[in-house]
Amino acid sequence: MTATIEPEVGKARLRKEDARLITGRTRWTDNLTVPGLLHLAFLRSPVAHAKITSIDVEDARRKPGVIAIFTGRDLAEAQGSLPCAWPITPDQKAPAAPSLAVDQVNFAGEAVAVVVARGNAEAHDALEAIEVEYEDLPVVLDMTAAVADGADLVHADLGTNKSAHWVFDSAEAGTGSDVEQAIAEAEVLIERTYRQQRLIPAFMEPRSVLVDPTGEQTTVWSATQIPHILRLMLALTTGIPEHKLRVIAPDVGGGFGGKLQVTPEEVVSLVVATRLGKPVKWTESRSESLLSAHHGRDQIQKLTLAARRDGTVTGLKVDLLADMGAYLRLVTPGVPILGAFMFNAIYKFPAYRFACTNVFTNKTPTDAYRGAGRPEATYAIERLMDELAAELGRDPIELREQNWIKHDEFPFTTVCGLEYDTGNYEAATAKAKEMFGYDALRAEQRERRERGDVVQLGIGTSTFTEMCGLAPSRVLGSLSYGAGGWEHAAVRMLPSGKVEVVTGSSAHGQGHETAWSQIVADQLGVPFEDVEVLHGDTQTSPRGLDTYGSRSLTVGAMAVLKAGEKVIRKARRIAAHTMECAESDLEFSGGRFTVKGTDRSTGLTDVALAVFAAHDLPDGVEPSLDSEATFDPENFSFPHGTHLCAVDVDTETGFVKIRKYVCVDDVGVVVNPIIVEGQVHGGLAQGLAQALYEEAVHDESGTLTTGTLADYLVPSAVDLPHFDTDRTETPSTTNQLGVKGVGEAGTIASTPAVVNAVVDAVRHFGVNDIQMPCTPMRVWTAINGGPTDAGGLGGEAGGGLGSIDTSGGAA
Amino acid sequence: MRITVTVDGTTYTDEVEPRKLLVHYLRETIGKTGTVVGCDTSNCGSCTVHLNGQSVKSCSVLAVQVDGAEVTTIEGLARDGELHPVQQAFHDNHALQCGFCTPGMIMQSIDLLADHPDPDEDTVRHGLEGNLCRCTGYQNIVRAVQDAAQKLKPGSQQPVGGQ
Repeated sequence: MTATIEPEVGKARLRKEDARLITGRTRWTDNLTVPGLLHLAFLRSPVAHAKITSIDVEDARRKPGVIAIFTGRDLAEAQGSLPCAWPITPDQKAPAAPSLAVDQVNFAGEAVAVVVARGNAEAHDALEAIEVEYEDLPVVLDMTAAVADGADLVHADLGTNKSAHWVFDSAEAGTGSDVEQAIAEAEVLIERTYRQQRLIPAFMEPRSVLVDPTGEQTTVWSATQIPHILRLMLALTTGIPEHKLRVIAPDVGGGFGGKLQVTPEEVVSLVVATRLGKPVKWTESRSESLLSAHHGRDQIQKLTLAARRDGTVTGLKVDLLADMGAYLRLVTPGVPILGAFMFNAIYKFPAYRFACTNVFTNKTPTDAYRGAGRPEATYAIERLMDELAAELGRDPIELREQNWIKHDEFPFTTVCGLEYDTGNYEAATAKAKEMFGYDALRAEQRERRERGDVVQLGIGTSTFTEMCGLAPSRVLGSLSYGAGGWEHAAVRMLPSGKVEVVTGSSAHGQGHETAWSQIVADQLGVPFEDVEVLHGDTQTSPRGLDTYGSRSLTVGAMAVLKAGEKVIRKARRIAAHTMECAESDLEFSGGRFTVKGTDRSTGLTDVALAVFAAHDLPDGVEPSLDSEATFDPENFSFPHGTHLCAVDVDTETGFVKIRKYVCVDDVGVVVNPIIVEGQVHGGLAQGLAQALYEEAVHDESGTLTTGTLADYLVPSAVDLPHFDTDRTETPSTTNQLGVKGVGEAGTIASTPAVVNAVVDAVRHFGVNDIQMPCTPMRVWTAINGGPTDAGGLGGEAGGGLGSIDTSGGAA
Repeated sequence: MRITVTVDGTTYTDEVEPRKLLVHYLRETIGKTGTVVGCDTSNCGSCTVHLNGQSVKSCSVLAVQVDGAEVTTIEGLARDGELHPVQQAFHDNHALQCGFCTPGMIMQSIDLLADHPDPDEDTVRHGLEGNLCRCTGYQNIVRAVQDAAQKLKPGSQQPVGGQ
């Protein structure tokens, strides 16, 4: 190896992970089996709110192959209460959250009993023989009604449907001025109410858990994003000592936040396996997944933007209602708070106030979904900026530029007190406009509008930023989060010169094995192929805080880099001893220690072998180069970008077709451009899906009517356009790698770009909002009925199968 | 009921329940776990295999229906350690992330290319409409299928199809 070799970081390496995945050599949890395995099936409540008056399992117990049946009452003590790690206020109201409902069900889909049987089919057959009697309670679905005086209550013992009220006020925090004054003095006020519809993460691999209690440690395999957090939480919830649990996340088929959870089924599987002393497995059906795995988004956003006639923004006030669903899951209450610091986005607001009321309803609990809080914030501000531009008759990009932080103003402390380290919004926007052909499309739009074309062209902009790389532990502490935000890694030098990298980041499709290998190959000067990345098992990777919040590269890979530095430091001392020189005489490059000014050198891998033999080490030096590190970031990272969308809207049918989508993202230094591009594509797909297709709809009795993939419209290849993506690169200064995180960027940025384009296409019909998803029915209604009707109808499930939206709305 | 079926070149004879789906037979009875289940309404296509050379969603076929048939799964595509060109193209074009939809997506792509040896983007997108992917946004999948089409053109080394 020489120092002149092409660096791995920045190279479009094809992924190591693929070989198994393209040949079917996979280890999804549901693929696994152990001797004597029993199967679980859960009986779920068909009603959204009711007392359980009786459960009769006797007939079911006599069904073929049934080993045992447990109800919530049977497990009440052992199952404990599901954890919520983020009490956002000291007086937050939180109900007990049993994994199996004991006395009462609070959402349709909540588990009430579990069958254990020899076979999966036998377990499901027995479900039909369980008789449950329910005594209906009033169903609480509408957030606005839920917080009104005298509302029916989801949890009567809490005395209210309000879980918590959380406020950030720039005047009180001393980070800005008073927003009420800004509103009072405003020359222009834009007041809007936007609806963030409820979404479902819809990872492709259904959740699955296998628990084997027959060893000294009980092993839990789970399709989870968070094996480390899960281990601790299972221990705290069930009382099984943490050191008696081993959690393995084998191949995990996507998560998007949806597998950032401690699930009722994981707890019950552990409790039942422990009680029976037998291994058990549960794998959900897709309908179970859509019904009972946590949902995302679901906010009503009341917004006031104050500005001067010249376009300068002067204040922003945000009042949120955020739907928790029936329970507080792992980080449910904190999701809207992750958006609290992002409504001001890239703009220089002098005054800002954010208030959020977390509300219980009789619906599936919500929690993290790709972006978690930040897509909601970005949607609100980027829609408002377009509305301000329309109000003032300005070009929306030009108006944004008037207000955004200029590239020479970084580092910039925002009205929320966050310090944005780097960015160049001008550069990304200029590139995006050029790729998009912005001026030509605007000219075409004018021409078609004047001509009265049946199909109208709309152009939407989103110039987003996000805070990611969760997170500095002290910041999380100040927000009352129950854990830190560090990440752990170890680098092990094997005697043969190969390298094992242990990471606490638990990948489920992101390509960490490839990216981490590239980083370590550069750092230690070993071939890419000689690096093996180990993760996802608390026995091999004992410490970690797992993968979410675009944190793996900015935090997890930084830990790897720090562990690698320690390896080199240890090896340097031994190399100096071997070559009989001072440590300071050695320089390390391309995997070799060279005595400065000479051609005498020794390789790191040679040192590794010498350490293994340990025949001639300096006094007091242990015979190991292996090192570990725990990295805690000092700041978030702030990727940004400019997304431009052109849509054709058929004004006779309301059908929206995306004609062109251009995005230029700045995610800092790029380790692997093809992985980054893939993350952007996937993120865009999910953001577009929120704008146009997806919505979890409950009917008036609280039944989810989008409980299959025929009704919940995860887009197919036909539903999505070709994306033109590019990058600008402003290295982050908050971490050594200069990286910013990319997992959530596309999702956060794209939704408002699309909706802005749709509204832009039909604004001349008097439309200034269309509620998401912008289905043909809603768009047509907006065109024909004007703005007030556009958000009100809103009832059709994505598939148009018909249901009633009682979830409240923006109208 | 007793069925005899050839899967990935090996012939199996098994007693199966009449209600058993092909995908469960593949996964549970003969251990072909490369083929996966992603939904229960035949929307996602994760379970796609070839039945007598045609792609089918194996969640929509009963095991008893394949008596006497030949089934090819993702595990039977590679020959003598050589990947099928479509498998190779998925790798070369970063057409997978978590990889859960990938077996079904590859099996469907092979079927698509048998009908459309040189498909344009629109043809690929429509040909894969019944297979959902949540990670990639499909762009690199489309690219992979078109890349494979070029490598499968007459004169190249491998025939289209999983048989």
